[in-house]
Amino acid sequence: MARSTYKQILLLTVCVIGVQLAATAADKTQYLTQLTMAGYYSMVIIGLSLLMGYTGQISLGHAGFFAIGGYTSAFLTTYNLLPHQDAPIVSLLARTGVLMAGKDLYDADILVVQPWAACIAAVLVTLVVAYVIGRPVLKLKGHYLAMATLGFGTIVYKMVLGTSLVGAADGLSDIPAFQLLPGLSVSGKSSVRIQNYYIAWGLVIVGTTLLLNLIHSRVGRALRAIHGAEDAANAMGVDTASFKLRIFVVSAVYAALGGAFLTHFNGGIGPSEASIMKSVHYVAIVAIGGMANLWGALTMGVALNFLSLRGYFGSHDDSVFGLILVAVMLFAPEGIGSTGAPERIRAWIKRLGAREEPAP
Amino acid sequence: MNIELFCQYLIAGLTYGTIYAIVAIGFNIIYNTTGIINFAQGEFVMLGGMLAVTLDVFFPLPLSIAGAVIITMLLGALIEICFIRWLKSPSVLRMVMITIGLSIIIKAAALAIWGEGVKSLPYFTGTAVTVISMGDVHVSPQVLWVIGVSGLIVALLSFFFNHTLLGRQMRACASNIDAARLCGIDAKNMVTLSFILSAGIGALAGCVVCPITYVQYDSGTNLAIKGFTVAILGGLGNSTAAIAAGLMLGILESLSIWILPTAFKDVIAITILLLILFVRPSGIFGNAEAARLKEF
Repeated sequence: MARSTYKQILLLTVCVIGVQLAATAADKTQYLTQLTMAGYYSMVIIGLSLLMGYTGQISLGHAGFFAIGGYTSAFLTTYNLLPHQDAPIVSLLARTGVLMAGKDLYDADILVVQPWAACIAAVLVTLVVAYVIGRPVLKLKGHYLAMATLGFGTIVYKMVLGTSLVGAADGLSDIPAFQLLPGLSVSGKSSVRIQNYYIAWGLVIVGTTLLLNLIHSRVGRALRAIHGAEDAANAMGVDTASFKLRIFVVSAVYAALGGAFLTHFNGGIGPSEASIMKSVHYVAIVAIGGMANLWGALTMGVALNFLSLRGYFGSHDDSVFGLILVAVMLFAPEGIGSTGAPERIRAWIKRLGAREEPAP
Repeated sequence: MNIELFCQYLIAGLTYGTIYAIVAIGFNIIYNTTGIINFAQGEFVMLGGMLAVTLDVFFPLPLSIAGAVIITMLLGALIEICFIRWLKSPSVLRMVMITIGLSIIIKAAALAIWGEGVKSLPYFTGTAVTVISMGDVHVSPQVLWVIGVSGLIVALLSFFFNHTLLGRQMRACASNIDAARLCGIDAKNMVTLSFILSAGIGALAGCVVCPITYVQYDSGTNLAIKGFTVAILGGLGNSTAAIAAGLMLGILESLSIWILPTAFKDVIAITILLLILFVRPSGIFGNAEAARLKEF
């Protein structure tokens, strides 16, 4: 791990702990709930930032992957297998300890898949879908790529909206808590708010660390070469198609993980999570944070998601995102970080410091 | 399956198909002069319908439709002048984002102005139950309006592009913008004009189809996706092929109701879109060699 990466991760960890301590000290722990959700959405953001910033591929279908992750986990942990108990596959699963007994809303016995197994299944399903979709889609460029991913997102949305098995327009609810370790579970109960905040941000920190290492590795250099000039990278022996596909799959899995965890945290998922507007939000956040800037995307992801979830934008959520997207794309297409604001502030601080020094 | 029902579906398919074709032509006009896919194209159609419904309260129907078309055209010009004109060779990704952002803003504005309600214009001739019978097949007069107006739009456009100086200048910009500039054509104004034209025909299509399909603040997105599918199916930039492709998609969609639940009707178009993109991105009528030379 590069030294700078190590420092940055440390800083992120300190921030995460600092925010929790501040929230507890100020007795505003309810903010931690939104920050937890923002953390899970950030998983989508950092994955998408890798895809858009480092390979230059746009995806307007990442809400689809988020929803595939969330819905797979939700469906498996709520679908009652008791009527199919005698089917060979069900009894096999039961013997391997993948299933667990539970109670439904009306206190009747049900038999469902364990959340950890469902989460693994969600990741695997997403992996396969992303691979199958990604192979042909990533051959496309520009508008065609944007439209193809938009089309994929729309199909996922229409499918969950039209399938009664996953609750159609109502979505799925009563999703059980996800027990990670004894005494540590992903659930929306207010008594476990602080530990859930740490679960979410632990996931983000681990995810960010992995991505940063990837960016600073040989793969990362190949990716930057692809972004800079795809043909040139190809000529230098970089297998551009395979790199693009792998990054696409990685970013889809990040989205699915976020989706699966958030579904267990919220205890439900609805079709709106798969909507095109969600995908556009994600893309907008990455664009605002700066395309090839993981930290910018992460910061913007937390800030905007937090404000949006707290309801600061009221019913103007969509217009706020639309306006910011257009403004950033018009005036700072490389993201807010590229406007030179950080450098200007640094220079200003330096100037202040210089003035205080006594003249020689 | 009996033959009357088949014809009935066929006509429904034709109606939707012509609208898809008109939206696709709107895409093509802007694409040809700028190389941009205007993701806000569907919003022009929605605005046309919405404005006509609003104006219809105060003015007679023909006047309110004309008003709606003119206002939408002005808006198209405004969008081009404010957001596109002064950008220096923007990347495709940037243009995609800007037009998507604009489409979100227009949609949000429409929601704020007109609310979530479903609106519709009165039928141009007769009422919702008026029927013209051809043997055992029954057609609403509005369907004939849709097909007739669309045909008229196509005829006028083809006259404009082939027989007027302005139209020829626009075509020159489409085939080679640098050469057109060297010939003294003001390419920037041609781009503005293409936005105006495309907004205008989108709005007109939105008006004629409004009594049948109704209009809602977010009805543009769906039309945009269908229109884009058709534009791709025919080969981007090729408006004659777009008409054929539009009719094809419309008919295919309406016949699909036989096999699939209605909820999945929209999935058909998108699946076709994806298949075409994967297999033959130059479109079924397009030339693969020529498509490779284009900038995407």
